[in-house]
Amino acid sequence: MKAPTNSSVPHRVEVAPGYVACGECCTRVEGLSVRLQGRTILENVNLHLHCGELLTIIGPNGAGKTTLLRALIGEVPHTGTLAFYAVRAGHSVGKAVIGYVPQSLDIDRGSPITVTELFAAVVARRPLFLGVSQHVCALARRHLALVEAEHLADCRLGLLSGGELHRVMLAFALTPMPDILLLDEPLASVDHAGVVAFYRTVASLRAQRHMAVIMVSHNLSEAAHISTRMAFLYRTIVCEGTPREVLAHPIVRSTFGVIAPPAD
Amino acid sequence: MIHTLVERLPLDWLQYEFMQRALCAIILLAPLFAILGCLVINSQMAFFADAIGHSALTGIAVGVLAGLEQPLWAMLLCAIVLAVALAWLRYLQLAPGDALIGLMVSFTVALGVVILSRQGGFQRYTRYLVGDILTITPTDLYWSALLTFAVLLSLGWKYNHIVVMTLHRPLAASRGVRVWATDVLFSTLVAISVTLSIAWMGLLVINSLIILPAASARNLARSAVSYVWLAVVISVTAGVSGVIVSYYLSTATGATIVLCAMALFLLSTLLRR
Repeated sequence: MKAPTNSSVPHRVEVAPGYVACGECCTRVEGLSVRLQGRTILENVNLHLHCGELLTIIGPNGAGKTTLLRALIGEVPHTGTLAFYAVRAGHSVGKAVIGYVPQSLDIDRGSPITVTELFAAVVARRPLFLGVSQHVCALARRHLALVEAEHLADCRLGLLSGGELHRVMLAFALTPMPDILLLDEPLASVDHAGVVAFYRTVASLRAQRHMAVIMVSHNLSEAAHISTRMAFLYRTIVCEGTPREVLAHPIVRSTFGVIAPPAD
Repeated sequence: MIHTLVERLPLDWLQYEFMQRALCAIILLAPLFAILGCLVINSQMAFFADAIGHSALTGIAVGVLAGLEQPLWAMLLCAIVLAVALAWLRYLQLAPGDALIGLMVSFTVALGVVILSRQGGFQRYTRYLVGDILTITPTDLYWSALLTFAVLLSLGWKYNHIVVMTLHRPLAASRGVRVWATDVLFSTLVAISVTLSIAWMGLLVINSLIILPAASARNLARSAVSYVWLAVVISVTAGVSGVIVSYYLSTATGATIVLCAMALFLLSTLLRR
């Protein structure tokens, strides 16, 4: 385990009012670069976050925010590393379990598949066309209950509303329970009540399970409200810090205009 | 009584051995194509399967140039190389657009025809274009049984991963599915199935046998389980009725099967929920 570098107290790091990191695990993204079609999308991205933290990535369109998340889950060819340090039951864990909630709109909504079957496709070995076992059905319901979406278990994926699909995707990202949760624009296409419910769930995951969350967002004032830290991305991390610091940064101001910092 | 009932059924088409073999082949291959079709449609790879089929012509040409008696191995090699190449392009996020795949179809067909026509015996190879399931031999039947068994086994092994991958690649990657390896496996299975069946089904109709039953099932199914089984039932129904109709109308069997599948597709569109 590596000691957290930006903190004078090695254990029980206060990262934001109400949230306490256990100080025993941290995530480091080191020198991450992505080149696609001869174009540099990301160059030398470095991030460091503790468990329980919520880091929001902001940046203009085409800055590489979604590509960063896709590189972190290993779907986009990249250089650089994602390292996860944790002490669990006395030994360190090198490989983080990552949960990922994509932008909902690019899911194939025409495909006939139910929510439970989607769970089975990931956790079960039995081919889907031979049916889903009772055990997996129960598991799916348990995980859906975490996001208050139990009633959607037998719904067809294509028939869910934007908010419902997002909660299902969150439950899906929690199977198995991840160390790091990646959220790509969780606010898009969700109504206000849905947003509140979604963030309540995310907050309890961070508090109870010490989950680190990296979120991409366009809604700066809302993101500033719930984040412990923010980072402005344009090919690389341009600036990083508390929401108040980042929103006051000249580059952020010239990109997004002046945004009121969150009230303490 | 059962005996008289069977005698009164119009089963005279079954007295010929080639019809029996054709029926066996259809019952073996139709479910295979149906299951592959469900995944192909999910991943919007219909055009890809078509391109793979057309690469067979180049494969034949390469086989002839290499002096092979049976061009089958060259066809397989060509199809697999193309399938892996396309999977690789998808992995690099250089997803080949419709235009690029269309370009490749034209290129492989033209190259194959040019090489084969220079050899002077292009007529010999036209059976690969139209195909004839009625010429299927007992040896072919064993091969198709083996093919179906092997492909279904590999599919069963990674079916769930392929489903998640076709639904959403980043999501699959985040859940520990090795997207690149899964894509290569799936593309290769499609390539092998299409290529081995071309001599029986014909290049011109093979793609519709993959697409139509799955598209019909998609109209009716509400879950992934019913999707696959409906596709299998529709595929076998279209296959068997196509064989029978082609016997009585003396038409090309492969094309007749496609028309039957098309009729079922139209029916499924009417019944769509």
